[in-house]
Amino acid sequence: MDLSKATFWGYRRENGRIGVRNHVIILPVDDLSNAASEAVANNIKGALALPHPYGRLQFGADLELHFRTLIGTGSNPNVAAVVVIGIEDQWAKKVADGIAATGKPVSFFGIEQHGDHDTIMRASKVAKQYVQWASELRREERPLKDLWVSTKCGESDTTSGCGANPTVGNAFDKLYPHGVTLCFGETTELTGGEHLVAARCRNEDVKKKFQFMFDRYQEVVNRHKTNDLSDSQPTKGNIAGGLTTIEEKALGNIQKIGRKCLVDGVLDKAEAPTGPGLWFMDSSSAAAEMVTLVAAAGYTVHFFPTGQGNVIGNPILPVIKLCANPRTVRTMSEHIDVDVSGLLRKEMNPDQAGDALLECMFRTANGRLTAAEALGHREFVLTRLYESA
Amino acid sequence: MIHFVVHDEGDAVGVVVVEGVKSGQTLTGWIMDQDKDIQVQAKNDIPIGHKLAIKDLANGATVIKYGVDIGRTVAAIGKGEHAHVHNIKTKRW
Repeated sequence: MDLSKATFWGYRRENGRIGVRNHVIILPVDDLSNAASEAVANNIKGALALPHPYGRLQFGADLELHFRTLIGTGSNPNVAAVVVIGIEDQWAKKVADGIAATGKPVSFFGIEQHGDHDTIMRASKVAKQYVQWASELRREERPLKDLWVSTKCGESDTTSGCGANPTVGNAFDKLYPHGVTLCFGETTELTGGEHLVAARCRNEDVKKKFQFMFDRYQEVVNRHKTNDLSDSQPTKGNIAGGLTTIEEKALGNIQKIGRKCLVDGVLDKAEAPTGPGLWFMDSSSAAAEMVTLVAAAGYTVHFFPTGQGNVIGNPILPVIKLCANPRTVRTMSEHIDVDVSGLLRKEMNPDQAGDALLECMFRTANGRLTAAEALGHREFVLTRLYESA
Repeated sequence: MIHFVVHDEGDAVGVVVVEGVKSGQTLTGWIMDQDKDIQVQAKNDIPIGHKLAIKDLANGATVIKYGVDIGRTVAAIGKGEHAHVHNIKTKRW
């Protein structure tokens, strides 16, 4: 596929970033504000609430990550406008101020001294204005380089490493020379292949940062583990699918970064990249946590290879699923956007599989709903670093 | 017809990519990196996605897949036998 003149149709935001969706979100700062947020989204058609269970008495790095994730989610160019609701004014304002730096419309409401009814009424009036305003925004044709593409696999099996993950790798190798901003992560899921990622780092500085993030996560595992993690990493689904060890899973995982692109930089969780190229983000390997973090970093389209059939989606980031396992493609077809099972029958080569994924990427960016979007999968899962105070 | 795939010709295991492989069946494997075919007789029923040994492995041997170490055997595995968590363990964690 010749990508030199490739374009897509996206929404140009106030800060110059390009989104491929046009959501108006109702963003609770904390668990207590979920009910009001969902009530507003129920009142105003086209508004989307993002309920979650956290946001009270967090502190230190865990609190910073909470704010970074919420502000990043609201700042993502797939979001047109944001209503923030918190139990207290101050943290709601902090989140709204962070999002306002993008220039997009954002308002905040605190529930204390007002109650749910009054807050829902006032927030609904603003949400209605935002939804009607956003409905008049129009897509414009943009160069490929304006797209930010992330990847993470899930419910992997051995076919992921032979088929679906190398397909993402092929697509990444094709996107990289055109200045697309790319991302991968899943820190523990590189265990056994970390030397291969280190060898792909652009320079010693990037390599050092990558090794720091890798070692930091290994310390977490070593501090808390009670066995070799064979009950959770690989997961029961991975093992049912034929994956035996973390090393085998990692080597399959790493196929997603292709054979040519270099790792240009390293990001902390939910941190936004500062330029084009391939970025490694330190992150959980749990599907919804990782996808939530890359959405908060500003990525606008996601490639999700699966083997045994993960069903994940995200409220604001379109998640494109691809699969090479012929049984999964047959039994869970409603979840699969791109069937690459032909790779394992020699009916399709990696170049053709990569092109099929890219074709789906352009259609998705231009507005076609993914399977996960059509099925209503909106998993929004915040990463926690430790207990609340 | 391809019954299993192998990433690299130095690998000790291949991945079954069809459903219903039975003990005694002669299987055709495709070595992807070198684009070569090999034949191995299955010694167990092997589910889709699971691995078979394509060479004899002694107890305690390092298992190579993708041309890289993926763990060690905790029992001897004969060529054509099912290779999984009952006879291979991680070297990490």
